[in-house]
Amino acid sequence: MRVAEAWRVALDALRANRLRSALTMLGVIIGVASVVLLVAIGTGTKQKVEQQVEGLGSNLLLVVPGRIEVGNAPVVSPLTLKDVDAVTRVVGDPDRVAVTVASGATARAGARSDFTTVQGVLETTPAVFTRSLARGRYLTGTDVDTSRRVAVLGDSVARALFPDRDPLGQQVALAGVRFRVIGVFAPLGQSLGVDRDDEVHVPVTAAQRLWGTQRVDGIAVKAPDRERIDELGERIVAELNRRHPDTEFSAVTQQQILGVLGDILGVLTGVLAAIAGISLLVGGVGVSNIMLVSVRERTREIGLRKAVGARPRDIGVQFLLEAVLLTTIGGLTGMALGVGTALLVDALSPIPAAITWWSLALAFGVSAVVGIVFGVVPAQRAGRLDPVVALRTE
Amino acid sequence: MTGSAAADPRGDPPAGERVPAIEAVEVSRTYQLDGVSVEALRGVSLTVQPGDYVALVGPSGSGKSTLMHLLGGLDRPTGGRLVIGGRDVNALAPPEMATLRNETIGFVFQAFHLLPRTSAVENVALPLVYRGMSARQRRERAAAMLGRVGLGHRLDHRPNQMSGGEQQRVAIARALVTEPTVLLADEPTGNLDSVTGAAVLELLEQLNAESGVALVMVTHDQEVAARAHRRITMRDGVVVADSADPRSAHDRPPSVDHGRPATLVPAPSAEPRSASGSGPGHPSGGSGGAAGATGRLPREVERPEAHPRDAAPGDAVAREGAAGAREVERPGGTA
Ligand SMILES: Nc1ncnc2c1ncn2[C@@H]1O[C@H](COP(=O)(O)OP(=O)(O)O)[C@@H](O)[C@H]1O
Ligand SMILES: [Mg+2]
Repeated sequence: MRVAEAWRVALDALRANRLRSALTMLGVIIGVASVVLLVAIGTGTKQKVEQQVEGLGSNLLLVVPGRIEVGNAPVVSPLTLKDVDAVTRVVGDPDRVAVTVASGATARAGARSDFTTVQGVLETTPAVFTRSLARGRYLTGTDVDTSRRVAVLGDSVARALFPDRDPLGQQVALAGVRFRVIGVFAPLGQSLGVDRDDEVHVPVTAAQRLWGTQRVDGIAVKAPDRERIDELGERIVAELNRRHPDTEFSAVTQQQILGVLGDILGVLTGVLAAIAGISLLVGGVGVSNIMLVSVRERTREIGLRKAVGARPRDIGVQFLLEAVLLTTIGGLTGMALGVGTALLVDALSPIPAAITWWSLALAFGVSAVVGIVFGVVPAQRAGRLDPVVALRTE
Repeated sequence: MTGSAAADPRGDPPAGERVPAIEAVEVSRTYQLDGVSVEALRGVSLTVQPGDYVALVGPSGSGKSTLMHLLGGLDRPTGGRLVIGGRDVNALAPPEMATLRNETIGFVFQAFHLLPRTSAVENVALPLVYRGMSARQRRERAAAMLGRVGLGHRLDHRPNQMSGGEQQRVAIARALVTEPTVLLADEPTGNLDSVTGAAVLELLEQLNAESGVALVMVTHDQEVAARAHRRITMRDGVVVADSADPRSAHDRPPSVDHGRPATLVPAPSAEPRSASGSGPGHPSGGSGGAAGATGRLPREVERPEAHPRDAAPGDAVAREGAAGAREVERPGGTA
């Protein structure tokens, strides 16, 4: 039998059972669509996070207590501003050192309120992290030194508290204490589903007083050059270990953060793709199942074809092509559906999604392979049917 | 045809010019059913010559269908030797068996076995698919074949749009579209009412006579069996009677053998026409030769194209001579 003929016969067979073919394909469609969509979301998220981490500023070292590893719980920080001074001495330039002590707090302005993250910081933050303001000014050294109750609002907080007014010069109550708004950040957007504009910066000294603590959560250092960044990190960690022998410290670079985040997101994407892959597998089992039903239903047809001269191979190929057609048509439909959904998600939701060609090629290839793998057994069974028995079947 | 004398086991001089279409020697077929052996065939020997018309009769369960499946290469004997179209099936792998069936055998089943949702012409063309023939060629040949079975106007009808008789005609066209040497029909009229069945039988006999395809038919109709050149009766997996017909394969006298060469030549459908146009002394019995003279007349009435042959006065005498010999075996000679 000619190959073109075999394709035609397979297609006719699928057409003859439109509904059943469509339902069988549905398993593959959903499997492929979810692989494409989830890989797109994983990839999109990774790309965005990478952009954002890189956007933090160059040659950044983050010094935190504990180890930065997947699965490690955060540690309560033993660091204080004295440790920050010590680190500054190691670095040699106070403008390159930033700190944070952060806590959730309710911000109130008049009748409006917004639960947000209040960050106690030094005046060096915009230089170290490359942040820019939309309005007003940032904190100054004097603000920090005198624990002045002034605040710089993130874009979301400003919108929430002052939807119709200029926030500059207005009062906000943070955890019940009044601060004056001196600036508003330029918006940053979202990352990993977190609103990065949902924060308020106040002088670290004012924040510590607000919460009644001496604690500093972490220190950020902008290294003078890339080459010596690791060595600088080691010196800082050594100094902190000397001051706090009981605690471990880590100094991580953007590259390391990217590596860790990349690992996490890679694992996440992999897990998502695997789950989606399982549904593709289930779809394949469905195809196998339907092909077996089809072989049984068409036993007489098989017997007749054999009687008029079809070789076992002709019959086998016919059913194999049918299975492959089921999964590849399903695969193509699933790809279209996955791409469409990914584009919609990317456009209409805060979740980023990026289509990669390899995921499409993979999804299509896998669906074709699924068709072959799950079609082989029914096809062989059909090819080996005894024509006499087949013709006698009711 | 040439060089076949050596292959002919009988050494019968006139018959020796032909290669047997099918030759079964002491074939048996035993089924294993849940550990129990069922001997469906117990040593059957049979030779089908090109152009033969063999009726297979016997009670239900006597092994007729089993024998038909073996003769058609659809199944393999568990014992004995079976040669189809000059090839020993014991030496053939399944794909070769398939090709052998495609090239030499046409099957007509009691249940028609047409593909549903498939037009008549495509059903008929199906065997050609497995020859790798182009779609256009297939359609041409299938359409021509449907014309020959009187369904030229039904090419694109589907089985569910046709009567049983029409469906069986489609099946017959399908069996013959490959120009096989043997047509195997297992109770071809079993699912048809008597009138339709008679028409289908007539068609089969006519095709056998015209195209020279050997016809082996399982039937319960004694009358039909009587019209065959040869009647084989089976019981419990063995042949209990191979017709006393003098023209049967084994003891047919040479002279009678000569008397119907036209039906033996496996080709020209033009043969009967030239025969009918020839003089009284022409040895060819024409297409009508296959059917007994008495059986012919009523059916001829339905078939206007057959009349010219009857109209030739001398020809009728010639046929009478050929068919008369056949009459010997007929029990009642009823129409
Ligand atoms: N596939 C099979 N398995 C077991 N026994 C079978 C099979 N086919 C036929 N037989 C048996 O073989 C015998 C002959 O059957 P069959 O050739 O169909 O007879 P017929 O066509 O003369 O009615 C019966 O006894 C039947 O039951
Ligand atoms: Mg039977």
